[in-house]
Amino acid sequence: MKYLIQRILFYVFTAWAAITLNFFIPRMIPGDPVKALLSRFQGQMSSDAIESLYILFGLDKDKSLWQQYLDYWVQLFHGDLGLSFTAFPSPVSEVISDALPWTLGLVGVTTIISFFLGTGLGVLAGWRRGSWVDGLLPATTFLSSVPYFWLGLLAIFLLAGPDSFFPSSGGYEPGLVPAWDQYFIPSALQHSLLPALTILISSVSGWILSMRNMMVTVSAEDYITVAHAKGLSDRRVALSYAARNALLPNVSGFALSLGFIVGGTLLVEIVFSYPGLGFLLFRAVTAKDYPLMQGIFLVITISVLVANLIADIAYLLLDPRTRKEG
Amino acid sequence: MTGDPILEIKNLNVDYGLGDQAVHAVRDVNLTLHRGEVLGLAGESGSGKSTLAYGLTRLLAPPGVISGGEVIYHSPDHGTYDVLGLDDKGLRDFRWAETAIVFQGAMNSLNPVHKISTQLTDVLEAHEPKMSAHARNARAREMLKLVGIAADRMDAYPHQLSGGMRQRVMIGMALILQPQVVIMDEPTTALDVVMQRQILGQLIELRERLGFSVIFITHDLSLLVEFSDRIAIMYGGRIVEEAPAGALYKDSLHPYSAGLLGSFPALRGPRRELTGIPGSPPDLKGMPTGCSFHPRCPKVFDPCADNIPVLGPPSTPDGSTRTVACWLHPVVTA
Amino acid sequence: MTIPTSSVEQVIPGQGAMAQPDPARPAKAKRQRFRFIANKKAFTGVVVLGLYILFAIIGPWVAPYDPDARSEDLVQPPSGAHWLGTTHLGQDVLSQILDGTRTVMVVGLAAGAMATILSVLIGVTAGYLGGGWDDSLSALSNVFLVIPALPLIIIVTAAAPSGGAVLVALIIGFTSWAWNARVLRAQTLSLRRRDYIEASRANGEKTWRIILFEILPNLTAIIASGFVGTVIFAVTSEITLAFIGIGADSGWNWGTILFWAQSQQALAQGAWWWFVPAGLAIAFLGTALSLINFGIDEFVSPRLRSAGKTKVKTASGRTVRMRVGFTPVLSNSSAPHTHAKPIPAVTTAAATPVLKKEGSQ
Repeated sequence: MKYLIQRILFYVFTAWAAITLNFFIPRMIPGDPVKALLSRFQGQMSSDAIESLYILFGLDKDKSLWQQYLDYWVQLFHGDLGLSFTAFPSPVSEVISDALPWTLGLVGVTTIISFFLGTGLGVLAGWRRGSWVDGLLPATTFLSSVPYFWLGLLAIFLLAGPDSFFPSSGGYEPGLVPAWDQYFIPSALQHSLLPALTILISSVSGWILSMRNMMVTVSAEDYITVAHAKGLSDRRVALSYAARNALLPNVSGFALSLGFIVGGTLLVEIVFSYPGLGFLLFRAVTAKDYPLMQGIFLVITISVLVANLIADIAYLLLDPRTRKEG
Repeated sequence: MTGDPILEIKNLNVDYGLGDQAVHAVRDVNLTLHRGEVLGLAGESGSGKSTLAYGLTRLLAPPGVISGGEVIYHSPDHGTYDVLGLDDKGLRDFRWAETAIVFQGAMNSLNPVHKISTQLTDVLEAHEPKMSAHARNARAREMLKLVGIAADRMDAYPHQLSGGMRQRVMIGMALILQPQVVIMDEPTTALDVVMQRQILGQLIELRERLGFSVIFITHDLSLLVEFSDRIAIMYGGRIVEEAPAGALYKDSLHPYSAGLLGSFPALRGPRRELTGIPGSPPDLKGMPTGCSFHPRCPKVFDPCADNIPVLGPPSTPDGSTRTVACWLHPVVTA
Repeated sequence: MTIPTSSVEQVIPGQGAMAQPDPARPAKAKRQRFRFIANKKAFTGVVVLGLYILFAIIGPWVAPYDPDARSEDLVQPPSGAHWLGTTHLGQDVLSQILDGTRTVMVVGLAAGAMATILSVLIGVTAGYLGGGWDDSLSALSNVFLVIPALPLIIIVTAAAPSGGAVLVALIIGFTSWAWNARVLRAQTLSLRRRDYIEASRANGEKTWRIILFEILPNLTAIIASGFVGTVIFAVTSEITLAFIGIGADSGWNWGTILFWAQSQQALAQGAWWWFVPAGLAIAFLGTALSLINFGIDEFVSPRLRSAGKTKVKTASGRTVRMRVGFTPVLSNSSAPHTHAKPIPAVTTAAATPVLKKEGSQ
């Protein structure tokens, strides 16, 4: 329990650090581009919205930095992330909550599949050195060196097209209304296949390799020799003894590299014009929609922290040594 | 106390690596373990004693290979067979049920993520599939009691036990299938002296009750003198001397045995001067010609550098019960 | 974007009291620090990396055209005049790639160097000094580790004044040191407990001298592997930034090419020559760097090597794979391997034992 509380405190601290970072970054923007944008929409915005943007970007020069910081927090607690310029006059929070499920569905699910698939193949590669999975390693190294988005471009070029089963862009058939019905769901699935495959292919090799190396390392441990000496079946030694222990560092590795992976996978959305956070971030960057960028960064960070916490809980369940008696 | 042979090692050869690059770690070892006997195996690190133990159970990790020899096991129930000729399934069935091992790493021998009970019962599950879960648990409890651990530690994880307790668990685990042979590879080196004696004493007592044979491997000759019936000394991958424990202690024939005996204080018996063995153990890759001990031997003479001495009975009064490989004691050819 | 696959951290504390003799490890390994080049993977990696560095230097000079120069040949497939075809403005793709190599390599290496210096400073300090320093520096690296790096780089670069390649390198370097710092901290911690370090400390050796002469030399492999890993990350990051159109005013780089290819519908036009070469350039560079890292990993922990010969012929004539737990039996004839010569005609009584010349006692 103590371990879990420690972790939660750490994530709270990290969230605070990320939010504080998010507070300072816009204050570095030179030449008040926000002010310029504000004047463009002058008259169309409510005074509340203007006030909130002033707080977000520190345009109110009369206030002390500390006062600005406090106001910023108060505003965050109300869930107010300002107004988006690209989706004017929608608030940022609304734009993000439309895109979030898409990303969770695509990036979240594929990352989990990739982890399990890669770990499974890694177990095979590490247990049977020199088998066909080992032969897969050079190919996967090459694939993991390719930026995800470029692999996406290639996938579209080779597999998608007007006559192909795979649509080349979007999250669902234009004309359909997002709903949980028999028209929308198959279409959404069909649209997610190619991006998902892209993410899977480029991210799976990292898991294969790290699990393989952990298996090789664990195979030399004494308790593996003991397990063999006990005459247990090969399957049991491989899974219950070797893989079970090799999994531990891989799970903590999963938690730690989530930040890396999510960053890369988000960009696949750009290539496929997939209506998730990554594509939204791209549009925000292109349009210099600072409030939206800030909001997306915050949401991505918080999501990664939550995912980290879940991975920590999994680790807690897997390793008895972190559980304290009583 | 000793009876018929239970395990006969015949010209066992173990290499690391293949072909020309092979390093010969165990060479032409002949050794017989009798029913109910404690056979001690001593030597410096790198002498091949652990390799021998792992080799005869075929537990050596790559690049270890067995390049020749036989390990004949006389099963009380299933007749006589060569362990090295078994297929994978046969080997799995043989392991633990006939020959169990207590390893030197008390700390790392237990799987850290499973409870003690799981690790005690999975071996029953593998070897006696017909046993009910309840009976397996009862048996595991019984074994813990046998080695002096309270049954409520069944649900403990390895990290919750002390080093001594873990090694007791390993001993209990080794006896759970009532094997004929127990190999102990430096079973107590990681423990303090008091714990060492306590555990070994307990083991000897258990042996008297259960009647298994022990191969006891250690670099600590004083422990062997105290606890074993016969002692074999290894050097450079070969057995250089084998004799009843008392005979070896009183009157060692091979200069290397004498050197080993002289390098630590005796626990019992008359005081004697401590000497060491000059030089260092041979590099397995560049083994000296002839008797591999000759570069360090204080009594080296003409034939030693070129001719490998054969292990055989010497022409001493008790020559019939012991063997030695040394040119100082030429083998009596009958 | 690349998952740090370096296993150095996980492998080094390889304990296991049941150390079986391992004569297969050459005793000389320690002396030959750069022996890892002899590793086939590392060698390939170094050669390819060398080619990239060569083109980073000479690229802009050997480029057949000015990468910005427009021509009449719009979106032409590869031909004798334009080996890798042309863009929508008739620019030569090959020239763009050659010209971009320099930016890519400079930014990648600079960011990698910066992140490595930061990681050594922070990781070694935390590991060596321990206590409050360790707690706060470790927390700092963990914070940087879990915050998604790429989105952070994107919003910082987007907010920053357009400062070109240098700024991009600075931002990437500043955000990507955390993983290596963590690895270095763990290793320093274990080094600090070694006897010879304790001895130096007991002798009153100055802290900076211990770190510089005792600790750092032992971290060389990890630092090198961390540097290579960060360069991979930095290269992909800068290309990604250029691809989504930020930091693009810093001249050509492969990401810029992809940015134009994507925004000018290269895919829909079937203009594969426009985006395939740039991607391959990234992929080969990344693969070369990964190979170097594998080489370092295997150099540090020989166990990870894909075993050279894994199959052996057994006594029963079958070929089996060497594996843990089932030592192959090459022959189980009980004939002795050494044929001891018959006992020469010496009798102990007659022979005078020859005392060794030196060291006899």
